[in-house]
Amino acid sequence: MKTPYMIFVVLVSTPAHSVLAENTAIDTLLQSYASQGATEVDAEQGKHLWQKTFQSNSEFAERRCASCHTEDLTAPGKHIKTSKLIEPMAPSVNPQRLTDQKKIEKWFKRNCTWTMGRECTVQEKADFLLYLNK
Amino acid sequence: MKNTLAISAVIFTIGFVTIPAVWSDDDHRWGGMEEYKHRSTGVAAVTDTVYREECGSCHMAYSPALLPASSWMKMMSGLENHFGDNAELDTETERSITDLLLANSADRSDYRRARKFNRSIQYNDAPLRISETPYFLHEHDEIPNRMVTGNPEVTSFSHCNACHTRAEQGSFNEHDIRIPGYGRWDD
Repeated sequence: MKTPYMIFVVLVSTPAHSVLAENTAIDTLLQSYASQGATEVDAEQGKHLWQKTFQSNSEFAERRCASCHTEDLTAPGKHIKTSKLIEPMAPSVNPQRLTDQKKIEKWFKRNCTWTMGRECTVQEKADFLLYLNK
Repeated sequence: MKNTLAISAVIFTIGFVTIPAVWSDDDHRWGGMEEYKHRSTGVAAVTDTVYREECGSCHMAYSPALLPASSWMKMMSGLENHFGDNAELDTETERSITDLLLANSADRSDYRRARKFNRSIQYNDAPLRISETPYFLHEHDEIPNRMVTGNPEVTSFSHCNACHTRAEQGSFNEHDIRIPGYGRWDD
């Protein structure tokens, strides 16, 4: 009686385990942002910022996250300047997304700077992560 | 009789060696007739995974052999404003990519086409755009704007692989050219 039960436990817990493993990067970063002052992390706030338009004095005067990534996180985007395909942001359709801390920080730095003209705060990064993790 | 045979052999050999060199376009202009390890019409393909990931996320991972070392040095020292985009890297990655670029740059490549790029660039000049080097401009001077900048499927000369179907493999052979909406291109 015990053996079938154990098999059942293993079968049920394996997928849950792999999902948890994929999200380690996000969890670690969220904890790190919290320790640096991010409070009440809010996916809605992340969405609001994702869709907000920022002004620039250079090429592409109106800049938004969606300029390259599109509004739909599950759809592929296109680099506004080079036209290169950008894989979807949502881990639900692109499991590679948001699994590498170093990569997440690199793109936050580059893309916040391009879009908003400054780096993102820890609060903004935490809100973005929660919004993007779909 | 023996003499005639020997002379014919010599003439035949000279012809055999010189015809391909004369045949291939522009060798006279960009310095041909020299022995290179790679006589192909291509440049070395980019296989480095870090380079492909870091530089190839936003645009085609251009072969380092398309610009000289001086250009790459200048490029890598200004990544915070990389053609209007922020492309900053961490110190370690920046160093490893710089090393790769310098070791495989046009002036250090033994591919014939890389040498032509290099020769066309003036001493002390460090162009940042491959599409502004004299060799590139010469090679594309017969192509009407409507096929590239005016072509919605191409839009810019910087999108090599829009027409050079095997550009990412380092091949710029004429037979691999397909201009979207126009098809093959024969020089």
